[in-house]
Amino acid sequence: MSALVAAISKELRLQWRSRAQWLAVFSFGASALLLFSFSVGPNYELLRGNAPGFLWLGLLLSSTLTLSETFHAEMEHRALEGLLLLPASPQALYYGKALSNFVQLTVLGAGLVPLMVVLFDAPLPRPFALLGVIALGAAGLSAPGTLYAAMTYQARSRQTLLPLLLFPLVVPVLIAAVKATSLLMLGDPMGQVRAWALLLVCFDAIHWSICGLLFGRVVED
Amino acid sequence: MTERTDPRLGANGAFGFLMFGGVLLLIGSYIGLFKAPAESFMGDVYRIMYVHVPTAWNALLAFTFAFFCALLFLLKGDFKWDSRHEAAVEVGIVLTGLLCTQGPLWAKPTWGVYWDWDPRLTTTAVMFFAFAGILALRRFVDDPVKRATWSAVATIIAYVDVPIVYFSVRWWNSLHQMQSSPETVSAPFLIPLRTNAFGVLFLMIGLIMLRTRIAALRLEHEMAPPLPERKSSPTPTLATEAAR
Repeated sequence: MSALVAAISKELRLQWRSRAQWLAVFSFGASALLLFSFSVGPNYELLRGNAPGFLWLGLLLSSTLTLSETFHAEMEHRALEGLLLLPASPQALYYGKALSNFVQLTVLGAGLVPLMVVLFDAPLPRPFALLGVIALGAAGLSAPGTLYAAMTYQARSRQTLLPLLLFPLVVPVLIAAVKATSLLMLGDPMGQVRAWALLLVCFDAIHWSICGLLFGRVVED
Repeated sequence: MTERTDPRLGANGAFGFLMFGGVLLLIGSYIGLFKAPAESFMGDVYRIMYVHVPTAWNALLAFTFAFFCALLFLLKGDFKWDSRHEAAVEVGIVLTGLLCTQGPLWAKPTWGVYWDWDPRLTTTAVMFFAFAGILALRRFVDDPVKRATWSAVATIIAYVDVPIVYFSVRWWNSLHQMQSSPETVSAPFLIPLRTNAFGVLFLMIGLIMLRTRIAALRLEHEMAPPLPERKSSPTPTLATEAAR
């Protein structure tokens, strides 16, 4: 447990020291939202209806920038080998990295919401529930994303490979998150948000456990 | 690293399976096309079912086999499971590609569109791209040990989608029909369906065996590359030693 706390604090400290990267990723997400709006033109009805999808696509595309750099520090000067020699389980390292990615993606998603409101005139009747959905979706992206980042960072063409592996896998997250966000923003007369949030919880539970179990094999071989 | 994989592994009998599967597929397709009666609502269009359904069953079976091969590789570290894993994923992708081609051909005259975003079709497309990504991963990693381990891990994660594909028509409201059973299918339809199912199954087994052999041979070559030819004088024999 102390190893996990140490890993998380190390990751968060590293992220805080490289906050210029946060700004770059946020700028990328913001420009993606801006570009999406050009695809439907200045029609506020259409923009409002598509806003949840645009938000999640922006977050998904930005996540590849964040996730692909997850193991940058560890791969320099073979620091990963040094970390693995420490008397701590690889799971602590994985959960430290995955939680740090989760925090980064949640903050990024929350940061894109005001922009979405301004650009698409999207209503925001339940902001805290929306934050919960963003957190669940960010958890769904960061668990497999961190594991795949560990693999692809050591492979050729990692910038291509990470989205190629990650995008099909997180389609359920994207569908459920877009639907839940849409229901929260545009109205939920049938009370379906809970079911979509439950789907996100199930996806997160499966992937946070499987990926944690398999991470040791990825970095130790 | 465990002992080397026998390169002949899986080659014996592969052509037998392919031929037997091909013959069964021909017989089943003949019965399905010319002997089985037309369906009461769809007419003759439904006859694509005799290849579509067996392809779907066997695609899921190929990915299930790939999952177990991946699991066994991680547990035992034997590279024969990696070769089988690679073969099963590749054959599974070919079958899913065929599935995604046959489906729209059947959908257009019956549903009015080639593609519908219903749960079964969406999850099948996701499955196709998830496993295609694993094949791409294998191409981009040069180290055989890392390639085998990482692709096995990726297969185990991607396999989560396979049960979702199977149960999607039960869990959500779907335009795609639910799984049929002998109780819901008339006997004249059942015979060609089962014949073709076994035909595609044997074809799949034959292809996996052949592809396993190719993968095992490549792996052997990678792990023990041939020594460069030596230009020096030939090794002295007993006769030349004696002559001295």
